[in-house]
Amino acid sequence: MELQTVTYLIVGLSFALYLGIAFWARAGSTSEFYVAGGGVNPVMNGMATAADWMSAASFISMAGLISNMGYGGAVFLMGWTGGYVLLAMLLAPYLRKFGKFTVPEFIGDRFYSKGARTIAVVCLLVASITYIIGQMTGVGVAFSRFLGVTKEMGIYIGMAIVFAYAVFGGMKGITYTQVAQYIVLILAYTVPAVFISLNLTGNPFPQLGLGSDFAGTDGALLAKLDQVVTELGFPQYTTSSRGDMLNMFSYTVSLMIGTAGLPHVIVRFFTVPKVSDARASAGWALVFIAILYTTAPAVGAMAKLNLHATVNTAVKGGGDLFAAENSIKYDERPDWMKRWEVTGLLKFDDKNGDGRIQYYNDATKNEAVKAKSDAAGWKGNELSVNADIIVLANPEIALLPNWVIALVAAGGLAAALSTAAGLLMAISSAVSHDLIKGVFNPEISEKSELFAGKVSMGVAVFVAGYLGLNPPGFAAGTVALAFGIAASSLFPAILMGIFSKRMNSAGAIAGMIAGLSATLFYVFAHTGIMFIKGTEFVELVGGKNGWFGIEPNAIGTVGAIVNFVVAYVVCKVTAPPPAHISELVESIRIPKGAGAATGH
Amino acid sequence: MNDSKGYWAATLSLLSKILVVWFLASYGAGILFAPALNTIHLGGYPLGFFFAQQGSIWVFLALIWYYTKKMGEIDRAFGVSED
Repeated sequence: MELQTVTYLIVGLSFALYLGIAFWARAGSTSEFYVAGGGVNPVMNGMATAADWMSAASFISMAGLISNMGYGGAVFLMGWTGGYVLLAMLLAPYLRKFGKFTVPEFIGDRFYSKGARTIAVVCLLVASITYIIGQMTGVGVAFSRFLGVTKEMGIYIGMAIVFAYAVFGGMKGITYTQVAQYIVLILAYTVPAVFISLNLTGNPFPQLGLGSDFAGTDGALLAKLDQVVTELGFPQYTTSSRGDMLNMFSYTVSLMIGTAGLPHVIVRFFTVPKVSDARASAGWALVFIAILYTTAPAVGAMAKLNLHATVNTAVKGGGDLFAAENSIKYDERPDWMKRWEVTGLLKFDDKNGDGRIQYYNDATKNEAVKAKSDAAGWKGNELSVNADIIVLANPEIALLPNWVIALVAAGGLAAALSTAAGLLMAISSAVSHDLIKGVFNPEISEKSELFAGKVSMGVAVFVAGYLGLNPPGFAAGTVALAFGIAASSLFPAILMGIFSKRMNSAGAIAGMIAGLSATLFYVFAHTGIMFIKGTEFVELVGGKNGWFGIEPNAIGTVGAIVNFVVAYVVCKVTAPPPAHISELVESIRIPKGAGAATGH
Repeated sequence: MNDSKGYWAATLSLLSKILVVWFLASYGAGILFAPALNTIHLGGYPLGFFFAQQGSIWVFLALIWYYTKKMGEIDRAFGVSED
């Protein structure tokens, strides 16, 4: 069958499945709408959390990022998994025991303040909306690349599908479609990886393959990769990192506590029946996430070596990388390169006019490499490769059948849609439950609140679609900002709410505002106020990366420290919280007596 | 038995133990000591690189499951389990 036909078939089947689940899992009460009735099995919730968590970026871009960054890519691997340890031990069980519907509701009740709740809602909305822009553009890109429709049409189709199950099913519909989406996306990710690993190392497990010998030689794959890339003037794969150790440290912390503080992830743990289920569910979530996250570094490294081996026969043959006959002739390049050249993600430019592809780092500072490439008559790097190809073209590079390529398309879409739906849920419950019921109209009936929830969800879908169609100039890099916001505002507030009985309303509010301001101040110093070009004030923070050499993406850590310190100091000089708050904290610390989550 | 202080102390002591291992596996072996550990090899992996891109994640998994099991035991010992 033609690739296009198979792709339509497999993607169409997966969409039919999601819509079928949407019809079956309609929400009839606010409890079903906000927390899926509180009766989700912990394993299922783990899968749903994994799909919720792993976005278009995790699926399509992460392996490519790691491939480009080498060792330094570990900040994403450790940051986006290590946060689950914090979530499982420090937040999830206690928030589940608290037994309400949303994160701002906890902050509002624990700090006995509508002001605190409103600040939490603002942090939640900013973090979730910046995050969702990336998902909607991801949906558009995935559709246009795989199904040959325009990016706009792709976003419309995506909106229609999400609308169907998110508006009618709420959390219940989203949870069960996410389970199905997890299965689609994990198959799509691992099947090509297994074949690549078999090809390159003879080991079917990519995690083990990455530590094995390069097939046909008696040297380790990673050693071979290090040798090839350094000879070609690139930094050594297994040691190259971005910025210094402190920057890497700070980046990892920021992603970890940001992960633990992202509301669309936290609310997933409100859907299980018991406190012990919330703990186990975090464990299951990490199992399902780890399958992808331990495969990604193998895919990244193997694809890199594979690419070098494809364009330079000396990589496998062991000859001189700079010998003229070892660079492959452009006319003899494999078919998959031809196909991806059409998309513009892969570009060849024959700078020295010899009809062969020379792929190396022409900006290297290594004089020996420069001398060798000059002597060989190389006039600059001739191949540019977009990082996203690493996952998207993987099945073609490994010469896998068409149905695997189609499966990757369905997987990319599943990853983007499931994350978008989770974010929409967090946004709409913050509006209908925290703002409408919590702040403006506490007397609202359950039926009206459910209706308000569905309307907010519908509006949120359209806002997200609009932002996906007309991405603001600052769209790139906003996902990192979402982590910075969650890390510097929500995570510290929730943590102190559980672990410190003495923390009071004034301290928590001052801490959230200070942490958030510090983070935004530093980010805006680099990117301009509200990301408007020309309003940067980087000299005020001591130049680019002026605070200890930390890049703006990694600043959430500093924001969190500011939050903790300010909260502690303000709390010391203001009155302790009332007695019923101490009792509330006592009660959330103990699992016994956890009922189903309620909104009252 | 109603010993909420004891229960909380037991919980905090478990949490601190786990966080120490969590820190050592990721920030320790994966970042701070990675250059030193890279001189040792685990199969084809330099050890520091292994911890940064594989080992830390496996340790995280083990930690969450250990935590789940131990917390269950603490809950039952202090009579605050949900069952």
